[in-house]
Amino acid sequence: MSWLLALPFLLPIATALATFPARGRGSLCGIISVLGCVLMLGVAISIVALVEISGPTAVQMGEWTAPFGITLVADRLSAIMLLISALVGLCVSLYSLSDIDDCRIKLGFHSFFQLLLAGVCGSFITGDLFNLYVWFEVMLIASFALLVLGGDRIQLDGGVKYVALNLVSTLLMLTSIGMIYGLTGTLNMAQLHISLASVDNPVAISALAVLFICAFGIKAAIFPLFFWLPASYHAPPVAVTAVFAGLLTKVGVYALIRTFTLIFPTDLGFTHNILLGAALLTMLTGVLGAAAQYEFRKILAFHIISQIGFLVLGLALNSPLALAGSVFYMVHNIVAKTNLFLISGTAQRLTGGYELNEIGGIYKASPLLSIFFFIAAFSLAGFPPLSGFWAKLLLLKASLDQAAYLVAAVALITGALTLFSMSKIWAEVFWKGHPKGYCSSLYALPRKERFQRLLPVALLALITLGLGLVPEPFIDYSLDAASELLEPKGYLDAVLGSESAQYTGNH
Amino acid sequence: MEGPLAIVVGILIATGVYLMLARDLLHYLFGLVLISNAANLAIFIAGRLTRAAPPLVPKGLEVPPMPIANPLPQALILTAIVIGFGLLAFALALIAQAYKVLGTLDVDTMRIAEPAAPKRKRKP
Repeated sequence: MSWLLALPFLLPIATALATFPARGRGSLCGIISVLGCVLMLGVAISIVALVEISGPTAVQMGEWTAPFGITLVADRLSAIMLLISALVGLCVSLYSLSDIDDCRIKLGFHSFFQLLLAGVCGSFITGDLFNLYVWFEVMLIASFALLVLGGDRIQLDGGVKYVALNLVSTLLMLTSIGMIYGLTGTLNMAQLHISLASVDNPVAISALAVLFICAFGIKAAIFPLFFWLPASYHAPPVAVTAVFAGLLTKVGVYALIRTFTLIFPTDLGFTHNILLGAALLTMLTGVLGAAAQYEFRKILAFHIISQIGFLVLGLALNSPLALAGSVFYMVHNIVAKTNLFLISGTAQRLTGGYELNEIGGIYKASPLLSIFFFIAAFSLAGFPPLSGFWAKLLLLKASLDQAAYLVAAVALITGALTLFSMSKIWAEVFWKGHPKGYCSSLYALPRKERFQRLLPVALLALITLGLGLVPEPFIDYSLDAASELLEPKGYLDAVLGSESAQYTGNH
Repeated sequence: MEGPLAIVVGILIATGVYLMLARDLLHYLFGLVLISNAANLAIFIAGRLTRAAPPLVPKGLEVPPMPIANPLPQALILTAIVIGFGLLAFALALIAQAYKVLGTLDVDTMRIAEPAAPKRKRKP
């Protein structure tokens, strides 16, 4: 049992090591990578089951007891994030078999991809702030490598901006971790929950909270810290963009949620006001930025930003329903967003480009792909009965419950503008004829490639449909996850042992 | 000892920020290097500076008999230095490659990924 919680990062690291010597032989390397992801999915499912049966579970690495050693903790939020990351990993690794060229595979694409997954999963499972920093760096260095792998001019140009701004976030995070250690003498997140409550220095705590917002805000791409994202996300091959879009920014949001529910006292009013303002502006700027774009991937990249606003909104509203909305939204958004990028890659394969006015005609040539796009895109825009509708509904209900009408209005406007962008893509890429009239059909692709490109897209579209048609178990799960976040007693007990109960009385 | 070191951290960060505001990418990177050192130094100060014995527990004892230095910040800084070294080495290599391929390090002229005015053809 104790090894189970370590497997989410040990397994991808092992797969990365296994794929590296095999990188010269493309197909073998790809098979190892996909197999690793299948195993990873199994691990994630068993962790979800474990947490569902026995509540939050913790493991002390090397038998060093809690505030001193490194703790791995899985609660409902961690478990569902692991599951969805494993799923995205599997889909993208399958898709990458036909999307990534031999040159990039020889340079070690699959190894970096698995290391990226290790960093993402490590961040979700760790219960220690410094360890979180280390996993962030594993993820970051792997994403640097993936972004510039191949070394095209556009990749280097985007990569420089991505690296430059993300290094700043790294330094901010490191500094704030140092400061919080100086203030409390511990870096264990559960212990911090207890220790920080007894620190009588509101100024220092507020300053720290803002530092953490900036550090994680750059990673999560919230307003006004998102400029690295539209500068770089359209540069690499689309499989890389898909996994970035699905997972990287969400790790930042996860870190924000974890920090501001567990570590910092939740009644710290003004940080939540900052988060609320940032969330609203993120939603609006993202969606307006997308409206101005005429390139498939750039539109989607700006929509990542606007969706991040919704995720942070749930945290900022800080009620059980709002947090549940965030969790549900996160799952829905990771699935839909990854799928949209995968579809954009296949659309480029069929039509030969990404610029909306240079391509078209997919609906006529391959209606199946159009249906998958329809599901993902209109779920993102919040159409009933797709998953995005329920996600937006939860957040809207939460904001109306708090009489935050402005918030609700902004959310609705953002939804409408999302619909505008998605219809723009639908009309230009799928409905209108190809300006040069040579859109090829999916059946023109080799059988193997068709399978590798369509299976992940179909799987993700089915999940979106499932989340939308049978939302109740998932909403219940999100509500449970939210109540765990707001009442972290189970988490504290799991990490620190049941004697933590005596401390929590101080709150 | 905290006071002077805090001032050193301040100077490092100020210099770093000044360098990072330059248009030249290499200056930006040097600024990052300075700030990363400042962050490490800040962690070091945050762990309390004491004149104390090394944190070793003599054989047969459970607790050290005299006050010892706090080993944790040093372990954290070592980790952070290694990670920072890796990241900055990568950034330097990337900048070198970017200079080779793009022929400039002036960030104002690096607009390949984000062209200044996107071409918008009217539909026929």
